[in-house]
Amino acid sequence: MVQKHKTEWRVIVSRATGILVLLGGILLAAGLCNATAPPQNPVPSIFEPRSTPAESIRDHSYFVLAITSLIFLVVVTLLLYAVVKFRDKPQNAGREPAQVYGSTQIELAWTIIPVLIVLVLFLATARVIHAIEDARKPATAVEVTAIGHQFWWEYRYPALGVLTANELHVPVSDPAHPTPTFLKLLSADTDHSFWVPQLAGKTDLIPNRVNHTWIDPHQTGVYVGQCAQYCGTQHGKMLLRVSVDSPEEFAAWVQAQKQPANHDDKETAGRRVFETTACINCHAVDGTNGTGRFGPDLTHLMSRDTIAAGAALNTHENLRLWIQNPDAIKPGSLMPAMKLSDADLDALVRYLETLR
Amino acid sequence: MSAITTPFPETPATWKLPYRGKVGMACLIIAESAIFTIFVVAYLFYIGKSLTGPTPREVLETPIFFTVCLLSSSLTIHLASKLLERGKRGAFLGLWFLTIVLGGLFLFGTGQEWHRLIYEHGLTISTNLFGTTYYSLVGLHATHVTVGLIMLSIVLLFGLAGRVGPEQSARVDVLSMYWHFVDAVWVVVFTVVYILGR
Amino acid sequence: MSSDAMAIHQGADVGSRPWVETLHGWVTTVDHKRLGILYILYALLFLAVGGLEAMIMRIQLMYPHNSFVSPQVFNRVFTMHGTTMVFFVGIPVLFGFANYLVPLMIGARDMAFPRLNAFSFWLTAFGGFLLYFSFLGGSGLYGAGNAPDVGWWAYAPLTSRAFSPGHSSDYWTIALLVAGFGSIATAINIIATILCMRCPGMKLSRMPLLAWLNLVMSGMVLIAVSPLSAAQIMLSLDRYLGGHFFDTQAGGSATLWMHFFWIFGHPEVYILIIPAFAVLSEVIPVFSRKPMFGYPVMVGATIAIGFISMSVWAHHMFAIGMSSYGNAFFVLTTMAIAVPTGIKIFNWLGTMWGGRIIFKTPMLFCIGFLFNFLIAGLTGIMLGSAAFNWQLTGSYFVVAHFHYTLSGSFLFGIFAAFYYWYPKITGRMLSERLGKLHFWLFFIGFHLCFDLMHIPGLLGMPRRIYTYEPGRGWDALNLLVSIGAFIQGIATLIFVANLIISYFKGAKAGNDPWDAWTLEWSVSSPPPAYNFAVTPTVASRRPLWDLKHPEDPDSRYE
Repeated sequence: MVQKHKTEWRVIVSRATGILVLLGGILLAAGLCNATAPPQNPVPSIFEPRSTPAESIRDHSYFVLAITSLIFLVVVTLLLYAVVKFRDKPQNAGREPAQVYGSTQIELAWTIIPVLIVLVLFLATARVIHAIEDARKPATAVEVTAIGHQFWWEYRYPALGVLTANELHVPVSDPAHPTPTFLKLLSADTDHSFWVPQLAGKTDLIPNRVNHTWIDPHQTGVYVGQCAQYCGTQHGKMLLRVSVDSPEEFAAWVQAQKQPANHDDKETAGRRVFETTACINCHAVDGTNGTGRFGPDLTHLMSRDTIAAGAALNTHENLRLWIQNPDAIKPGSLMPAMKLSDADLDALVRYLETLR
Repeated sequence: MSAITTPFPETPATWKLPYRGKVGMACLIIAESAIFTIFVVAYLFYIGKSLTGPTPREVLETPIFFTVCLLSSSLTIHLASKLLERGKRGAFLGLWFLTIVLGGLFLFGTGQEWHRLIYEHGLTISTNLFGTTYYSLVGLHATHVTVGLIMLSIVLLFGLAGRVGPEQSARVDVLSMYWHFVDAVWVVVFTVVYILGR
Repeated sequence: MSSDAMAIHQGADVGSRPWVETLHGWVTTVDHKRLGILYILYALLFLAVGGLEAMIMRIQLMYPHNSFVSPQVFNRVFTMHGTTMVFFVGIPVLFGFANYLVPLMIGARDMAFPRLNAFSFWLTAFGGFLLYFSFLGGSGLYGAGNAPDVGWWAYAPLTSRAFSPGHSSDYWTIALLVAGFGSIATAINIIATILCMRCPGMKLSRMPLLAWLNLVMSGMVLIAVSPLSAAQIMLSLDRYLGGHFFDTQAGGSATLWMHFFWIFGHPEVYILIIPAFAVLSEVIPVFSRKPMFGYPVMVGATIAIGFISMSVWAHHMFAIGMSSYGNAFFVLTTMAIAVPTGIKIFNWLGTMWGGRIIFKTPMLFCIGFLFNFLIAGLTGIMLGSAAFNWQLTGSYFVVAHFHYTLSGSFLFGIFAAFYYWYPKITGRMLSERLGKLHFWLFFIGFHLCFDLMHIPGLLGMPRRIYTYEPGRGWDALNLLVSIGAFIQGIATLIFVANLIISYFKGAKAGNDPWDAWTLEWSVSSPPPAYNFAVTPTVASRRPLWDLKHPEDPDSRYE
């Protein structure tokens, strides 16, 4: 009988060890994968922040994790100890242990200590909330209005006179002379959420409500994220792409975006297709009669790396496919299949490819 | 399967627990209060936020008379219950009937008011936020009054058939609890709609 | 069958009743025990359906850009999975156990309102079938199948006519409205039963903790489910009568729906977990051979949880742009609720401490619960810290957290309840061998699935997405998570097999197979229809302990 209990105890320990090793190995592998990510940061980890608010959150999270890990270790140790020490042994058969009903001192102890921990966590959290949410907008900030649509992002830079879609460009911010970007968040239809983990925590875009967020990126590069509030069928492919540029690159980009459409006179056939079909109901190209605002502005379509809010790379084939059969790329998006003839479609795509 | 009596049981001189009808109705009232609270919160939240259309100040007339009717019906139903406990069936039926009449008058007043609002001022549930919150809150209350009146009428019918006596007074009390609740809700709705909302 | 002999046979079989009569008996029953069983069977059916929906999602998410199901179908599946599990598995199973056990444990013959009890069950049942009828009925724009696809919170204005044409959202609204009324009615019943029908001597301070916790849970149902019903009425007015409650074009507020929903939604999750706490409070003492440590504190902590849970709701809304003061307030209340919850964990530990722990399957699930719920509570603390929440909410981290509380804690508690009370309900013991296999397989599958699931969340993977981009560090993790899900599915099948096989082949249980101390173990297994031939009188919290140990009864110490 004693043998049986020894075996049970061994079984418990070996199983627990096995699980922990498995988990540990997987976590290690995941961590290593993250550590060897290429410099463009395709892994949008919240523990790889590159911007002040994300860094504040990361630092705060370490504090919270430390406290919760400590609590975990203490309680799990007690639990494992209890399970091992007080397990039923055959020599106890027929005898009931001491019937203890409670202890006021112990109850007080394990009430007061958690209350103190709660207070500490609350104060620490309140400080970070205030630092992020109530941050003053400096005069040097870049102002962007982001408008969420089903299933794409509209960006306006009111002070700079820029209107674009889906790919946000912001200048890198030097801690000595900060140039953060402050975003006003609006929605044209349902709820969305702006989440680029390496730049900031998420903030929702809610119709009939104005929200604010800000980023203060310290490192150039492209940062990815996606909509984080279910907004309909293609919520899953409403991706975010933020390009943090050097000041020169940013200025150049702004300059290019402010120009009217680069109209290459060779592609008049395509331009005619654009201006005479339903395209202009939803899309706008500065300098044509297309002033639709339901879909993304296409004036500088070719300045973007991706189309369909990140659902596909901006290549000739994808552009053609998107216009011909959007469901092949993003089924359920609000872009209709345009049912153009092959000739019209090719001409249109050649025209769109001139919109740099 | 012998009876379980444990060592040293106290023999409680009386083991008296509350009447389950009263407890059940109290719970129902708590749940209904929570529903009404949400409609009241929505009403208060949307005060002044309508984008168009008639405002409360422009179209509402305070229904003093019909409010008095409804609140008096609380008094009559209370008196009726007390009379039933004492076995005065006739007086009970008379006051009970009066309660129904007063409640019916209140509903009539609500209907009259809605008719005026819809046909003279063009205010419907879809006109603006005020219309939506007003008709839903007052309408929810009116629905509860209607259900109450149906229950009261059933009791009246049973009473006229001679089947309601002092033995049923506990159940009649439970129903009058519901009626008092409906009146109390009206006090809140009245304050929110006709006093605060204007 | 002999036709003309008039011989008297010893132990002659009485002809069995025709199956129609048996069915009729079950359909028209008002007996709390039968209704309890009906609730539990109903929940098991929908557990299988909800589990299937989970499998569909996990197959789709095994690989990036997978095309197992379309986004339209995926969105319906995740909506139905959440709605089913919360409303048609969680609520029915805990009402089922409450229905079965509460009258037995307080020495009553039935619930306070037996006919209302039956009505509530059929309302809930109808709600579930109505929700699933949506796959067949109605008319929508996207082809066959019109189950709701708006998420189980049905945020406005996604649920407005403009963004949800057809009737799919209406099925969600009406089914839950109906089921909600059933829940409120059952809560009224439980409260009235507990307050008005306890046997002589059973003061409130002598009630089993299961009864106390179901009392608190029922009070919460009254106050929390009603806001959802109100909001659903408002949504229906918007969709059908042109109301503007949540119509942002007319000045309405999308966040108002959020507030109303979460004023329901947060207490709802405590409504779900408190009955699991109740199971632990009955099982752990028996399998540690000690009374519950700190009974009055357990009651007080539960009441505190009930109250505080009404004040934390906006921690689901930290990202919607509330002011820093609003956010800070909800951080404080959310952290505060950790205190009574932690106290309960410590008290269960204190019950085990110094005891004689018997590792039968009910106790294994309780220990698993303690481990899982501890972790769930700690990730809850992380989520309750608003700033950290801004990264964690809306991601797979929070999905992992709430599955830790639901699959890892609530379900573990329910499994413990099954293993503990199945003998009482059916008169047969469940197989210990299959039970242990179920436990370990489920435990391993659960941890493989939900431990790893935290990581994609930390790496930026939002929830409710039908597919994801490769190369973001999410690929391998999603595959392993899916494997863990399948393992849990297999473990659950083993559990169901155990339920069925043991019904026919299990060892006979007798009145009191666990040597327990509450009144339900004093009657036969299964109990007679009338529960108690003579209403018991009690003098302590553990009447059967007093009977078994007349030299040292609890009544001396309470």
